[in-house]
Amino acid sequence: MSSRPEFLAPPEIFYDDSEARKYTSSSRIVEIQARLSERALELLALPEDDVPRFLLDIGCGSGLSGETISENGHQWIGLDISASMLNVAVEREVEGDLLLGDMGQGLGFRAGVIDGAISISAVQWLCNADKSSHEPRLRLKAFFGSLYRCLSRGARAVFQVYPESIAQRELILRQALQAGFGGGLVVDYPHSTKKRKEFLVLTCGSVPTSINDGHKEGDSDDDDDDSEEEENGMVCVSDRSRPRKKQRTNKKGKGREWVLRKKEQSRRKGNDVPADSKYTARKRKSRF
Amino acid sequence: MRLITHNMLSCNIKGVTNGFPLKIEAEKVIEKEVDFNPEFLRHMFAKIEWKALVEAARSLGYAELPEDSPDATAIESSVDDESLLKKLHHALLELHLEEGALVCPETGRKFPVNKGIPNMLLHEDEV
Repeated sequence: MSSRPEFLAPPEIFYDDSEARKYTSSSRIVEIQARLSERALELLALPEDDVPRFLLDIGCGSGLSGETISENGHQWIGLDISASMLNVAVEREVEGDLLLGDMGQGLGFRAGVIDGAISISAVQWLCNADKSSHEPRLRLKAFFGSLYRCLSRGARAVFQVYPESIAQRELILRQALQAGFGGGLVVDYPHSTKKRKEFLVLTCGSVPTSINDGHKEGDSDDDDDDSEEEENGMVCVSDRSRPRKKQRTNKKGKGREWVLRKKEQSRRKGNDVPADSKYTARKRKSRF
Repeated sequence: MRLITHNMLSCNIKGVTNGFPLKIEAEKVIEKEVDFNPEFLRHMFAKIEWKALVEAARSLGYAELPEDSPDATAIESSVDDESLLKKLHHALLELHLEEGALVCPETGRKFPVNKGIPNMLLHEDEV
């Protein structure tokens, strides 16, 4: 498996000119990005009244995801930390506005002006401390807090994330919920390690009735999409390695019952075990 | 950067309470034609700070917008207000600030704009 780009360098350095060009010229990446943003837009569940909405694309990169937004007829602002990626976006003449900014520093938008936000494979970058001043928890907090502020009531934010571990996923989710968002995780293809995609669907203000009402039936382009979409649904996050049951020990040791039980067990196995007496499991005197 | 984005953008420096609107120092302004969509304008109208928009449009050399905010009902009905919507459309979506700077009204911090992309990155002491 290829290593994660987050481990190699901070985003503004990793996505330099050559990497940015590589990213956008790879047809595989373009296709994946388009599909992911299509799905994210679906989960955003914008009202279908043909009114263009004003959306935010966080970590827009070269505008691949923004193109999908434009195709759906919405206006957007893209934010990214890599100037090289944004330059590629300018060259490709994307329709949205671009901002060079760091989402971990908070988003500088007025309150309640954005109708929805999507982010494709970007939020996990926040979990890395690339500079000494970076604290992932605080950066996530600043990000989600400012996002909550600038979204209008009832708006949704959909993040496609690649969390590295369960702890990281929970960190992201917890910070989002602390900022006031409702919602949870939608997992596509939960049983496939390769195709598995996680979407964090957050709602601002009102509690959603169904997290998955965004997907439309019947108008998917390819057939395998349709069948697998039925598998989507909430999967609750829980740690797989549960903490070990604590052994009940106290100062006095494990106690007489425990010793008797163990001796009985051993006897049943046919071992030679001393007989029980009133001295069994008694502590030795200290002067011994 | 279009003025619709400018109208949403405020200064994000820690401790700044009144970071809106950012003043525009324009060096190069370009115009790109965009399809006129009255529904979108009506939808966005409620969210727009009119005064900031008028001022921003002026600094880009476009002074056709009326000083006072038009009535919301006038925008809604739009029977005779097509011209007003057209102006709004032009100001919001067609004017692009290509080169220049955005200036925070409180601290005077400059955010440079290059190739239409404002650099909103903050220094470490501003976070």
